[in-house]
Amino acid sequence: MEQAPPDLERILQPAPVEPLGQHDAGLETAVGEEAEGARDDERPGDGTMTENNFWLKKIEINVSEAEKRTGRNAMNMQETYTAYLIETRSVEHIDGQSVLTDSLWRRYSEFELLRNYLLVYYPHIVVPPLPEKRAEFVWHKLSADNMDPDFVERRRIGLENFLLRVASHPILCRDKIFYLFLTQEGNWKETVNETGFQLKADSRLKALNATFRVKNPDKRFTELKHYSDELQSVISHLLRVRARVADRLYGVYKVHGNYGRVFSEWSAIEKEMGDGLQSAGHHMDVYASSIDDILEDEEHYADQLKEYLFYAEALRAVCRKHELMQYDLEMAAQDLASKKQQCEELATGTVRTFSLKGMTTKLFGQETPEQREARVKVLEEQISEGEQQLKSKNLEGREFVKNAWADIERFKEQKNHDLKEALISYAVMQISMCKKGIQVWTNAKECFSKM
Amino acid sequence: MEGERRASPERSSGLPAGGAGGENPGDRSPLPGSSGSSALLQADVLDLDEDEDDLEVFSKDASLMDMNSFSPVMPTSPLSMINQVKFEDEPDLKDLFITVDEPESHVTTIETFITYRIVTKTSRGEFDSSEFEVRRRYQDFLWLKGKLEEAHPTLIIPPLPEKFIVKGMVERFNDDFIETRRKALHKFLNRIADHPTLTFNEDFKIFLTAQARELSSHKKQGPGLLSKMGQTVRAVALSMRGVKSRPEEFMEMNDFIEIFSQKINLIDKISQRIYKEEREYFDEMKEYGPIHILWSASEEDLVDTLSGVASCIDKCCKATEKRMSGLSEALLPVVHEYVLYSEMLMGVMKRRDQIQAELDSKVEALTYKKGDSDLLTEEIGKLEDKVECANNALKADWERWKQNMQNDIKSAFTDMAEENIHYYEQRQPEAFVWDAWTLEGRSQKTMNLKRSAGMTDEESWLPKASGRWELCGSYK
Repeated sequence: MEQAPPDLERILQPAPVEPLGQHDAGLETAVGEEAEGARDDERPGDGTMTENNFWLKKIEINVSEAEKRTGRNAMNMQETYTAYLIETRSVEHIDGQSVLTDSLWRRYSEFELLRNYLLVYYPHIVVPPLPEKRAEFVWHKLSADNMDPDFVERRRIGLENFLLRVASHPILCRDKIFYLFLTQEGNWKETVNETGFQLKADSRLKALNATFRVKNPDKRFTELKHYSDELQSVISHLLRVRARVADRLYGVYKVHGNYGRVFSEWSAIEKEMGDGLQSAGHHMDVYASSIDDILEDEEHYADQLKEYLFYAEALRAVCRKHELMQYDLEMAAQDLASKKQQCEELATGTVRTFSLKGMTTKLFGQETPEQREARVKVLEEQISEGEQQLKSKNLEGREFVKNAWADIERFKEQKNHDLKEALISYAVMQISMCKKGIQVWTNAKECFSKM
Repeated sequence: MEGERRASPERSSGLPAGGAGGENPGDRSPLPGSSGSSALLQADVLDLDEDEDDLEVFSKDASLMDMNSFSPVMPTSPLSMINQVKFEDEPDLKDLFITVDEPESHVTTIETFITYRIVTKTSRGEFDSSEFEVRRRYQDFLWLKGKLEEAHPTLIIPPLPEKFIVKGMVERFNDDFIETRRKALHKFLNRIADHPTLTFNEDFKIFLTAQARELSSHKKQGPGLLSKMGQTVRAVALSMRGVKSRPEEFMEMNDFIEIFSQKINLIDKISQRIYKEEREYFDEMKEYGPIHILWSASEEDLVDTLSGVASCIDKCCKATEKRMSGLSEALLPVVHEYVLYSEMLMGVMKRRDQIQAELDSKVEALTYKKGDSDLLTEEIGKLEDKVECANNALKADWERWKQNMQNDIKSAFTDMAEENIHYYEQRQPEAFVWDAWTLEGRSQKTMNLKRSAGMTDEESWLPKASGRWELCGSYK
């Protein structure tokens, strides 16, 4: 594996973006318009994986296992955590066979680190969210314990989904740190930290300040912010009620299981009714236990909704960045305007604006023309610098808006499709549940009628 | 002669408003007060209704030789009549139709109570007319039940709904409570009407036909309070004894009753609990559907899908409501009635044991030469008859009861299964899903984007996690 010094400012040349996916089924990629032009540049791989041709082959990413580990944490205390095995395979074009190229173990905190890094370096991208840190919207059966095997399993799937989303994103997939995350087990943390991304992150306070004070944000972003608030609120509500509904449904099914036991005991004293009771009781047991699978499937549906719940936060992050940049721009423009004003006043001698210099002049006497000229010169330099900065900030801002909006459009398409599919699959789950119910009760009815 | 002797005891148990048949002089007196004409007024409980046809009377009589176990007076009961004990319901020959409806609240200075309207239609000769309408309150039903138990201590009298509901009832006169009670009272009277013996009980007839004042004065007759108390004390003393000498078949019966009682009580609890859980499920689902509609307000492209899911959920709500009402109409009342029946049965066993115990104590007295052996022998003879009658009556009624129980339970549970099948058929979201699939495929933009990404039309955007999130097309 190449250990080229990570130079994150250098974006890799646009390489043909291959759809990344699993070999046994659908392909998935969220290809934006930009990738279309570059499609024909395929180069057959020569078998060796390098940074450059990593993306030329189809790759598969699997988070295939989860393992409990103990180790020492930053404060040198024993802790238990779960590690996840990430396997990367490259798929040969011709025969569809896959070859394992990399496999390493990562824990949740490393995923978090990766994501935080992506958030800093790609503020214009709606960065895919991680699965939840702690189990929320639980109904009584699921424990909120992070070590619970069901929770770990669902998290494993969520992490795999995260990696697939990043890998299928036309821009994020080319990131070096992401590549190293999949390929370089040791030292990766240090490598990320060396980028100094934490320092580049915008301070929370600054961002909050900007949100309140910005005067002219792009209307689309304001709307997007409202949309993401609504999305978050409605999905949370839905998930909460769904959890309650699941709880109730569980109750209905499980209580029927008691019939099974009592029928069986009763059948012991009945001569004619006995057989019918006994076999009906068995069907009641089947009915009661069928709810476990049904609710497990529903949990996966809930996870799909949760992903978009967390995506809402990612949307808001992009909006915040825009507000921050816009605020910065407005501040710079304001500053420039005031400096120009000062300059003008110095030149013409009229004092309209308050300045410390003006004050001290009044108190300690006029300044000499040389002093004044020096000041004007400084100001003129500052103004010139300021104008340059304003220009580049303006450009930056517009670039940002353009790129961000492109990714938002991509995201919207993806969201609509995914949610539609999730909702449909939910309806399909209902059908399946109904079919099972009809089956069990038809059997039970037969037993009852034979009593 | 037997017939004559029988005739007067019959009439003494009460004064019907109209006579039944015209043979006996005693039965014509319309006035409540003149019941003193019958010497056997106190004790007697022979339920024979006089029919025109002697033959019919005879065959019906065969099962009617129950004695009032509290009475020292021996009614005659030729052994020959004991043989023909066979209870069979003959629905085609039903000639007594009773309905209980129109609950009405009555307020007096002392109390508030509910009366129910009882409408009786009959073609029986012994009833004065073919239609009767009276009003009765729960107390009256209690009285009737008491009289039936007195008259037929070892027959299985149908149960009455409870006096009070222990838990959950805030108001005594809550609408659901009244309706449930009304249905149970209706069942109670109809079960009596269907019972080959009880249907001819005189008190039953009076209950169905007498106007309020006649009924209340009729009620005042019967064993006084003191004698009733004395009887209870004796009964307790005897009950322990009776258990020890129980014949085999009654031991079996008792075991059955004990286990049956346990199981039916459990089933009652389970069924009530299911109803409660379903109600709570329904309440949550009602909130669940509208959230999807709310969501669709901010999602242009998902409006159809979201409304589809919302209407699925709505369908489910309606189906759940129906299932709940099916449960509360078909299953719960039946199960509950048998809970009450099981208590009743235990009472019947006790009474049978008491009758036996009486015999045993006299036999013991004779064995140990306590008291006049001639008198004792005579008493023992009568008691033996009494015991045999009681046992046979119980045996026959037991078979009938078991048959009915089987039928009732079978049909109640079959109905419940049917309700559930119907429920799942109703809440299947078939139509919506097919529509949504075709809608999804049709979006040109979606298809274009997919093609540009090298995907086929069927492939999904959704990243594939290992086997969990499946394409809906492959979902089974």
